Amino acid sequence: MSIKETVSTALSRWTGEGGAESDVVISSRIRVARNLADFPFPHRLSEEGAEQVLQAVTLAVKSTGGQDAKELQMTVMSELSQVERQILVDKHLVSPDLLENYKQKAVVLNNDESISIMINEEDHLRLQCFLPGLHLHEAWSEVNRIDDLLERTLDYAFDERLGYLTACPTNVGTGMRASLMLHLPGLVLVNQISGVLATISKLGFAVRGLYGEGTEATGNLFQISNQVTLGQTEEDIIAGIVSVAGQIIASERSARQALYRERREHIEDRVGRAWGLLKHARIMTSEEAMRLFSDLRLGKDLNIIDTIPGHLITELMIATRPAFLLKIVGKELSSFERDVKRAELIRLKLSEA
Amino acid sequence: MECERCKQRPATVHLTQIINSEKKTMHLCEPCAREFQAESFGFVPQMNLHNLLAGLFHYQMANPFGQQEIPEGEKCPDCALTERKFAQQGLLGCGECYRKFANRLEPVFRRIHGNNRHTGKVPERTGGRVKIVNEIHKLKNSLREAVSREEFELAAEIRDQIKDLEKKLGGEELNSVNQGNS
Ligand SMILES: [Zn+2]
Ligand SMILES: [Zn+2]
Repeated sequence: MSIKETVSTALSRWTGEGGAESDVVISSRIRVARNLADFPFPHRLSEEGAEQVLQAVTLAVKSTGGQDAKELQMTVMSELSQVERQILVDKHLVSPDLLENYKQKAVVLNNDESISIMINEEDHLRLQCFLPGLHLHEAWSEVNRIDDLLERTLDYAFDERLGYLTACPTNVGTGMRASLMLHLPGLVLVNQISGVLATISKLGFAVRGLYGEGTEATGNLFQISNQVTLGQTEEDIIAGIVSVAGQIIASERSARQALYRERREHIEDRVGRAWGLLKHARIMTSEEAMRLFSDLRLGKDLNIIDTIPGHLITELMIATRPAFLLKIVGKELSSFERDVKRAELIRLKLSEA
Repeated sequence: MECERCKQRPATVHLTQIINSEKKTMHLCEPCAREFQAESFGFVPQMNLHNLLAGLFHYQMANPFGQQEIPEGEKCPDCALTERKFAQQGLLGCGECYRKFANRLEPVFRRIHGNNRHTGKVPERTGGRVKIVNEIHKLKNSLREAVSREEFELAAEIRDQIKDLEKKLGGEELNSVNQGNS
């Protein structure tokens, strides 16, 4: 996919099919931070230095060889419009940090956007692999492989005792964050979510609501990730998070089953209403859409509705964000116009399904 | 206001912490604040790590008698980052900063990571020596275990492996920014 295609579609590898445990785990992401040995970290870097880092990484990407060298495409952030940059953030391909002072910042993507390398973010390189469902091991092996290819050309800031050196000392060591995006409507509905989240954070993992503030989650989406990066191997970190995820998946499933067993009419009603509103409403705020998408996804996972593929819901979640709507219409929209456009897009996509 | 810890001296340090998304302010006297900082480092997971880290340094350096002025502190010889700047941003400036501020960072690592030694991936091309060092580190642990189980034959084998690896290193001192006990 070229960058122009990337910013024109909500589709990405991670929004697609083929994910394990996809009734609860929407996506898996591994991200490592790397810095070049001979340069200060990006926030202490002159414009000239940042340009040199950009050149060094460009060369390293070209030297990966084979299919990788063919696929990996670099885009300097300044080549994109503000809306296009925001779309990359909405697709989780770059972080919001890459939008600030974007002059010497860039992103490298492969064809299916499963690999993304941010350049001159908080660290010189942030290399991530993003896959649908629960696939942290696969994501790590892909990150590890690309990292090795880049390191043939780049001298990383690495210390014998502390590992990979990062701008923020909370990332030092492996420089790795493993994270999972989870859909937990069952635990929210049975009021067990706060207990579960508290337990997870006691175990040393960070939890946050996605798109929401703090633990308030929009659309019942949560992200868990590791806090510790020093003193554990990458495999240990992943094994830890996979085992915690296993517990969460089990409790979410049993919460859903209990709900469906004991309050069947309520759940079916909820799903049916979401389906009706999404198919027929003419004005739809982003918050309402996220709530209804969650109900719809629950209905699909409980087989109450069987005509909707899960990946379509993920695609809609991204396609209905403000930046995408702007891109489709091609001009500024008032928030009311946006809500109208959003409802229209949802109706269209659902009638195609 | 009296110090809420010793309930004797007046509280001159007001320390705000966020625990489980609840904001708490502690009012302490200077000696208690020092003690509190030494034992807890004010670190609670699940919050904005940058701000927290900055807060940590800021607090450590702040004048306890109410003045808000933070001293510049030490300066990194390579990138000129000062401790004050680090306290404000929570970001180090370059690899050398880790060496320059090693003493201050050591407790931070223990607090955040519970550890101060990397055991994960080592760069393929430039990390050859580190791989050997890590291998020796692992073998030494196995050696201790073997001895404690009184498996002396195995222990002798492991000891020989360690010797071979140490020869490969050529007995040079390891160069690291953080020579803390591991
Ligand atoms: Zn006191
Ligand atoms: Zn420095």
